[in-house]
Amino acid sequence: MWKWIHKFGSPRSFYEISENYLPWLSGVALSTIVLGSVWGLLFVPGDYQQGDTVRIMYMHVPASILAQSSYLMMATAAAIFLIWRIKLADVAVQAMAPIGASITFLALITGSIWGKPMWGTWWVWDARLTSTLVLFFLFVGIMALRSAMENRESAGRATAILAVIGVINLPIIKFSVDWWNTLHQPASFTLSEKPAMPVEMWLPLLVMVIGFYLFFFTVLIMRMQAEILSREYRSDWVLQRVKQNVVG
Amino acid sequence: MWLVKQMQFESLAEFIQMGGHGAFVFSVYIISAVVLIVNVILPLRQKRRFFADQAERQKRVMREQS
Repeated sequence: MWKWIHKFGSPRSFYEISENYLPWLSGVALSTIVLGSVWGLLFVPGDYQQGDTVRIMYMHVPASILAQSSYLMMATAAAIFLIWRIKLADVAVQAMAPIGASITFLALITGSIWGKPMWGTWWVWDARLTSTLVLFFLFVGIMALRSAMENRESAGRATAILAVIGVINLPIIKFSVDWWNTLHQPASFTLSEKPAMPVEMWLPLLVMVIGFYLFFFTVLIMRMQAEILSREYRSDWVLQRVKQNVVG
Repeated sequence: MWLVKQMQFESLAEFIQMGGHGAFVFSVYIISAVVLIVNVILPLRQKRRFFADQAERQKRVMREQS
């Protein structure tokens, strides 16, 4: 097991292995998102209360789910880096922060655009919305902290600690709809219960959620590859690739 | 197929209207597309710039050696 981690946990082998899977992953991600969007925009029946604005759900819910779980993944990578000092985990933390920030931004903005016609307001300072805004600031704070520090080693450790502490916010987002009075509706998907929506509405939503996850892993690998190159620019295998790139 | 009922809109105009909420629905889809595309473009550019910079650096090193 440890041998395996050391073999595949090195930046170089991550780069080489992920290179083989990236075209497939990105292709499946793109087609899943296109399928889900067309399905959601054209074929899903309008909601009896919300009419066609329910189509906003097919972007808003996947973005919101991914915003939270990308933070959890980033914090997990941060913990791995703090405990075992695996460099690749630090690369992952660095790569996930901007992706997570942009997805959280997307969740907030799509929610706001959905809120206007349905709630009559772009924004309310209620628990779910405010805690999601805090999530956005956490992602941005982690990016800012890293770029503010000169030394990579201590920057990695500091951002990892901040990322782990920020996990406190996740249960607050999750249970905010149950703990406080809020305009926001409760979860669309739970592991224990059947969705309240009919299947022709939740199936395309599930497709979109899967598409967003695949997309996340695609751009995560792309960012990690770029970061690995710039961190290891002096090593032989990177120099080799630079030469190939010049010739090819 | 029973899951995919049928196209919900009779005409393109109706589709764009979205029952009067077209501006909301389509701005969500456009903003989402932009955010996703930017996420793809940034690492691609970073990688391309890295290879360009490094190629430049290697050339400089070779010039200094000769």
